[in-house]
Amino acid sequence: MSLMSRSHWALTALALAILVALPLLLPDFWLSGILGRSLIYGIVALSITFLASYGGFISLAQTMLAGIAGYTVAILAPTAIPASASAVSYWLAMPLAVLAATLAGAVVGLIAIRTRDIYLLMITLALAVGFSLFAQSNIDWFNGYEGIRNVVGPDLFGQPFRAHTVFYYVALTVSALLYLLVLYVVRTPFGLVLQGIRDNPRRVAALGYNVAVHRIAAFAMAGFIAGCGGVLITFYNIGITPGSIGMTATVNVLVMSVIGGLGHPVGAFIGAVIFTLIDTFAATIYDRDRFNTLIGLVFLGIVVASPDGVLGLGKRLTGWGKRKDAGDGGTPH
Amino acid sequence: MLRKKLALKTATALAAGLFALAGIGAAAAQDVIKLGSITTLEGPFATGGQDAYRAMEMALEEVDYTIDGKKIEWIRESSNAQADVALARARKLIEQDNVDIIVGPLSGAEGIALRDYSRTLEGKTIVNGSSGAADTTLRDASPNFFRFSTEGTQWMAGLGNHVYKDMNVEHVALVAADYAFPYAQAMGFMLEYCQAGGAVTKLWSPLNTTDFGSIIANIPEDAGAIVLIQGGTDALAFLTQYAEAGGDLPIIGGSITADQTLLSARGPHQRLMEGMLAAGPIADLNEDPMWVEWVAAYRKRFPDGFDSPSIHAFNYYTNTKAVLLALDEVDGDLSDGQKAFQEALAKVEFKNPMGANVRLDENRQAISDIFLTRIVNDGGTLRTEAFGKTEGVTQTMGMDREAFLALGAPSRDNPDCPPAN
Repeated sequence: MSLMSRSHWALTALALAILVALPLLLPDFWLSGILGRSLIYGIVALSITFLASYGGFISLAQTMLAGIAGYTVAILAPTAIPASASAVSYWLAMPLAVLAATLAGAVVGLIAIRTRDIYLLMITLALAVGFSLFAQSNIDWFNGYEGIRNVVGPDLFGQPFRAHTVFYYVALTVSALLYLLVLYVVRTPFGLVLQGIRDNPRRVAALGYNVAVHRIAAFAMAGFIAGCGGVLITFYNIGITPGSIGMTATVNVLVMSVIGGLGHPVGAFIGAVIFTLIDTFAATIYDRDRFNTLIGLVFLGIVVASPDGVLGLGKRLTGWGKRKDAGDGGTPH
Repeated sequence: MLRKKLALKTATALAAGLFALAGIGAAAAQDVIKLGSITTLEGPFATGGQDAYRAMEMALEEVDYTIDGKKIEWIRESSNAQADVALARARKLIEQDNVDIIVGPLSGAEGIALRDYSRTLEGKTIVNGSSGAADTTLRDASPNFFRFSTEGTQWMAGLGNHVYKDMNVEHVALVAADYAFPYAQAMGFMLEYCQAGGAVTKLWSPLNTTDFGSIIANIPEDAGAIVLIQGGTDALAFLTQYAEAGGDLPIIGGSITADQTLLSARGPHQRLMEGMLAAGPIADLNEDPMWVEWVAAYRKRFPDGFDSPSIHAFNYYTNTKAVLLALDEVDGDLSDGQKAFQEALAKVEFKNPMGANVRLDENRQAISDIFLTRIVNDGGTLRTEAFGKTEGVTQTMGMDREAFLALGAPSRDNPDCPPAN
């Protein structure tokens, strides 16, 4: 199965061109508050989608990995409040943060190596909850419940990172690169073996591949992706608190990838945009004291209407239009 | 400039068309003052948040949503007591809804996050809702952040001395939630209590704790009282479990512990709450005519509200009132990056519903009166009654600012006066 046909590439290029041009059209809030925010949370959702769609692992630890990167960059940040003794420049802190998340990803893979399905879900959830409780109770490094504030990010081209356009373009560039990275990796021998493991691990093992090492590598790469997202999220939130990586945040990112569709990496970003829109505007269009009901209903509606998310829904709709073209392609499982 | 203009025009059309949700369409007319607000309507403080909006409604209705002919448009948002959610809502209010002023948030970490955010804003003002972390205004204060409510440290003024000198309790167990606001409250209590010679054993629990078994088991045997600095559902869980475990130490409450959100709830905890002491900016039974009148108005306006307005209602009301007074002072003029308005806001001096005078210090933090309170059974209903008052409590508890700052930020380790053994 070739992942990107010529028309897919054209579509990707068109979407990117539109996204690049958007700052000319959209007001600042839409740029950073909706699209930028969607992109950076979409990156974390992408790391879930990557594992789920090509490895067959649904991990709930990805928000934790983003949080590890976020806390690393916050602890090392030169502007952090409370000020840290180990402050370095942002340009050093960022790669170190991503590295930490990559290593942590490998560790998660190592821990979860022999589990699948619901057990994998549980063990990763346990790790995620454990880490957020640890962050909440650790004062010396993580500053407890209050977290680390004023992590503003570096200046880029003489502009503060938080300037709407700068933030948006950085988020877009990083997202696009990671998206293409995922598409590239799954076509390499490593990616093919990963998909083989998803479909039948015993057969892949019989062929002489080391299943365990491939799984750990996949989790490390997912950690790398989540780490990039985590750094950007921390800059966006001007800091990090245990609330940013707690149960709610974990579930939110999972919801993003599920409603977007786990079948293809682009689903992560579609889901993130839908989630951000609803999260931002539900209170505006519905009773303010009860808007969570609306959020729940929309998600329920999407999942009931299409178990493989908006992506699956779109595929089915266009599939009907173009006869059986995309009928069985795409979604694994 | 041209690009911006063009972008705005196209964007308005595009957004209105493409995104039915946006609601960008409304023109930002000069004769409308946009007031945004954030409180928590989810999570442990949801009932307090609800009450906060009741009080804001009262304050706005008093002026009929109008200042000198300018209409006040009120846009409400809700967070869940998490800093990043409060920040996302504040961004939406400022950048999308284009509000001029935000009143909020409710809890400590959120307040610090919004203080940081306000520093990046120009020509906008954030006025605290009910959050009470000391550092929001004490350290790294932001010129755009104002707080007309007193904070956690101030609220405990007088209580430490009372417990040691009048109650003769020499060792207390401090049961508190592990975040900024209780740190501030603990500091306010311990400054006096430790100085007087008392000892404190601290027992921290994470916010949203439901099982206090291990904390209850760790209360030292020789403790003479429990200082409970928990709010909302956490406080309810502790008191219920402590009552069911047969606990009988006197309870000294933090300011959000002895509050209507708890007093109105039914359950075994009520046995422990009668006679409980606390301190804070409000008391249900206070003879000041302003308070009597305000409570009557609250009850009349919200028959299904609390029996008496909660501390969050009181704080949101006080802060909203300050905004309205300052707006009136400048005839609703928010031009010139709100320069005149912010100057007026910094100078506002008024009486809050408790009849206490409120004015700001140089960090835009309120100086006001603090009351010692006792929970009494008032004809079948538990209420707090004021029995003492400390007037004009500053954020530095009457100390010199430098000396106070030198004590360090309140944290789980600061201050500290453990029992000798």
